[in-house]
Amino acid sequence: MGNINHKESFVSKYIFTYDHKMISKQFLITAIVMGILGVSMSILFRLQLGWPGESFAILETFLGKWAPGGVLDRNAYLALVTIHGTIMVFFVLTAGLSGTFSNLLIPLQIGARDMASGFLNMLSYWFFVISCVVMVFSLFVEGGAASGGWTIYPPLSALPQAMPGSGMGMTLWLLSMTLFVVSSLLGSLNYIVTIINLRTKGLSMTRLPLTIWAFFVTAILGVLSFPVLVSAIVLLLMDRMMGTAFYLSDIFIGGEALDATGGSPILYQHLFWFLGHPEVYIVLLPALGISSEVIATNSRKPIFGYKAMVGSIIAIGFLSFIVWAHHMFVTGMNPFLGSVFVFTTLLIAIPSAVKAFNYITTLWRGNIRLTPAMLFSIGLVSTFVTGGLTGIILADSALDVTVHDTYFVVGHFHIVMGLSAIFGMFAGVYHWFSKMFGRMMNTKMGYVHFWFTIVCGYGVFFPMHFVGLAGAPRRYYDSTSFDFLDSVADLQPIISTFAIVGALAQLVFLFNFFYSIFRGQPATQNPWKSNTLEWTTPVEHIHGNWPGALPEVHRWAYDYSNPAHDEDFVLQTTPLKDGEVGH
Amino acid sequence: MKLLILLVIVVGIIAVAQLAKIYQLSARLRGHREEEISEADTRLQGSLWIVFMFVLFGTTIWQFVRYGDYLPPSASLHGEAVDTLMGYNLALVIFVFFVVNALIFGFSYKYRYNKNRKAHFFPHDTRLEVIWTVIPSIVLAVIIIYGLQTWSEMTGQASDDSLRVELYSKQFDWTARYAGDNDEFGSTNFNLITPLNPLGIVTQEGIDQALLKIEDKIAKLNGELSVEKGHLLAEKVELERSLHPSDDHGHSDHDDAHHEMSEGYKNNLETRLSAIDDLLDSGTSKVMTDAAYEAKEDKIYRLKRHRQRILELKNYEVGEALDAWEIGKDDRIVKSEFHLPIGREIEFVFRSRDVLHSAFMPHFRAQMNTVPGLPTRFKIETTITTDSMRTILDNPDFNYILLCNKVCGSAHFNMQMTIVVETQEKYDAWLSEQKVYMAEKN
Repeated sequence: MGNINHKESFVSKYIFTYDHKMISKQFLITAIVMGILGVSMSILFRLQLGWPGESFAILETFLGKWAPGGVLDRNAYLALVTIHGTIMVFFVLTAGLSGTFSNLLIPLQIGARDMASGFLNMLSYWFFVISCVVMVFSLFVEGGAASGGWTIYPPLSALPQAMPGSGMGMTLWLLSMTLFVVSSLLGSLNYIVTIINLRTKGLSMTRLPLTIWAFFVTAILGVLSFPVLVSAIVLLLMDRMMGTAFYLSDIFIGGEALDATGGSPILYQHLFWFLGHPEVYIVLLPALGISSEVIATNSRKPIFGYKAMVGSIIAIGFLSFIVWAHHMFVTGMNPFLGSVFVFTTLLIAIPSAVKAFNYITTLWRGNIRLTPAMLFSIGLVSTFVTGGLTGIILADSALDVTVHDTYFVVGHFHIVMGLSAIFGMFAGVYHWFSKMFGRMMNTKMGYVHFWFTIVCGYGVFFPMHFVGLAGAPRRYYDSTSFDFLDSVADLQPIISTFAIVGALAQLVFLFNFFYSIFRGQPATQNPWKSNTLEWTTPVEHIHGNWPGALPEVHRWAYDYSNPAHDEDFVLQTTPLKDGEVGH
Repeated sequence: MKLLILLVIVVGIIAVAQLAKIYQLSARLRGHREEEISEADTRLQGSLWIVFMFVLFGTTIWQFVRYGDYLPPSASLHGEAVDTLMGYNLALVIFVFFVVNALIFGFSYKYRYNKNRKAHFFPHDTRLEVIWTVIPSIVLAVIIIYGLQTWSEMTGQASDDSLRVELYSKQFDWTARYAGDNDEFGSTNFNLITPLNPLGIVTQEGIDQALLKIEDKIAKLNGELSVEKGHLLAEKVELERSLHPSDDHGHSDHDDAHHEMSEGYKNNLETRLSAIDDLLDSGTSKVMTDAAYEAKEDKIYRLKRHRQRILELKNYEVGEALDAWEIGKDDRIVKSEFHLPIGREIEFVFRSRDVLHSAFMPHFRAQMNTVPGLPTRFKIETTITTDSMRTILDNPDFNYILLCNKVCGSAHFNMQMTIVVETQEKYDAWLSEQKVYMAEKN
């Protein structure tokens, strides 16, 4: 095929590009912008939660009528909580993580010239952009953005008269999410087809790097679960606009008995969580895949138990489809049904435990290079374990009753899904930055960024478990009127302080990231001495990835410190030596 | 304020410039490549893991000491079992948390990079993998079995002699309902909700009241529509055209028809015309946009549908010649504070008027969503009176509380009700003083 690099216009190179490497960068930078927005929102409501009722003049300056007198308005608070959740879960950790790294790594690590369909790939990105724009725009419509929590349970979300945020803002939220699902489906289908069809010669499924396995299962989860969210959204839109009653029954609101009878608000929850729970793993699996790669490379050791790791990814993916109702133990559903979901949910702990122990064994007797990416990956293993453990308590229906919808839940999922996934994302950025931009990021700043992030991450979310155990409900604008919460009231300002410091520490990352794009040290071809195929491509991006013929693979991705070789890494393209047993 | 923003921007620019300087400096000083981690860095980062471990473990222990007694002892029977279960689970979770995190951080320190060493090639070990598949499985089996035992006990059927209390939620308060002397709740219907009948209890009086209310509303809306200026003017033109067709049209074809109009009919039209003129002159007529006019018409349509739904309600007999519509008359309705007797099984029935709410009673370890259109249940058995709990906690102001734990709108955080647990005698005395639904109005 040869070098098919050719001159391109600015528009076709940087905007409507078909090239997976450029699209991956587009996803990353869009996600960073959305991330800044999402984190800023959390700081705004953390100010209110840490120091309830206190006036911050700066709030009024920036937010105007959302913060009269410098105190966040209660409706604005709910809107911020809702949009923070939506942005972080979907725009940053789903599109940002999968969109960036699936796009970058799938063709590069399987030895393909590009995605199966560059055009779908471009569409996927632009649907994502439109969806972001609509979501941000919804902040400025009358009544404000959607405010019923990121799960937007009806009837609250179905009835415009129920709260200001259930008007135009909610309609736009639904529109934005529909566009988002289109983007996600286009992307996922492309990833699946590419991985199945475009692997280079010699790269069997059992030789795939774990990153690719993770992206593969993630894409399958997305394809199977996101359409269900769309159905839920369509039914909700019809309830809102066409007088149907899928989710509504026996409602008297605004001095009026509504016509709707026979619907069930619980139906929505079943549909929503049928996506919602796999979504957790759509967020988490790519992060686990990235950390597998980073940990093996930087421990200079093969990932321990490759087959068990692949099996765990598949098992987690499968189980994630049959656990959704553990979000609904207190909705009044049949207790026996609850028991079934307790059982399936706790089963997930088994493959998760296998993964955690395999990571730890990979570290054991390794020769660990503590790069920023490696620090974040080790941090991920820690938060994955810590957050996973509190999941055991929430999965136990009898215990869930006491902590359901409290800060305990907030602490749990922010550690296991928020911190773990964002750590995986940071690890990926530090590790593959040179592959994206041809330059290196500054290591020292990476260290500073990491230690502030993990300390503040634990500092924000660990104390929340105690706040939750004491019975503090989440999404409360102000809990000071409850005497029984006085015992944990002093934790709230501590949490907010950590949140502010942690957010400011991200500025170090932002600086490092954007400065390095232009001024970073020029990268070498294989800086981390890694085995996988992406490091055999030239530093300068070319269309088609490899200047000559596609590489041929002779071994698995994890021949680190193989005693049969002198170097502590062996590229996948290295042919087997005489007598060497391949994988 | 503007000055402050300016200041922030200036400080920001300086910070970025400084960062850039540090960035350049650190790259030049070390004189080697970013990907090569110096020995000093390796030592520092490795040690930081150990420091971090001690800080994390230390603060965890501190939090357990300071906040470990997260709630007062359970005031319900099943809650004691839940607390025991929680205790075991927390102990297990904390144990694994310490061990596994210690391994992660310890290995990160111990096996930090050394250029003279090669990592141990150890791709897999079936025995080890089986061990850490089987051990978690066994532990989880125990957790599942123990957990589900507690779960099935607390969610079982309430006994027949349990006290039933209805908790009714709406934006943004709670109402409690107790059955009257007949020991049964009257049935309810959301169509009958009025300010005087906030729970929509079905009684003949309730139905009459609701219908009256609807008729009033329809009449009022019709009244508003009847004085809309645009429609009045249009009608006036129409009337004048009928009365004096030649003025408008200028040709006499219709004259015959005009003459055929009966005097009575003509009088009617003229009366109406002068009524319209009076309305227009007196200034009672109002201008309404088309949208507002249609909205009112629409509202009338919905009210008529509402009326129809009420008219379709059918009474039925409930044994011993008791009317279904009679049962609710003696129900007792309570706001802002409700009482429970000690040592009795209580079955809560939850209903919601508008959106999802959740009845959360942390001191009883009880929580259940309230769902419009779908009554839900939760049973507890009270074990500690409010007075005893005040003594236990040495806090004379302590109160059990019911709060809303499902986001339901802007005042969600303020939707609460006080619960008082007391002896049966005190409870009986309290209940007899509470308002009886129908008595309130008669």
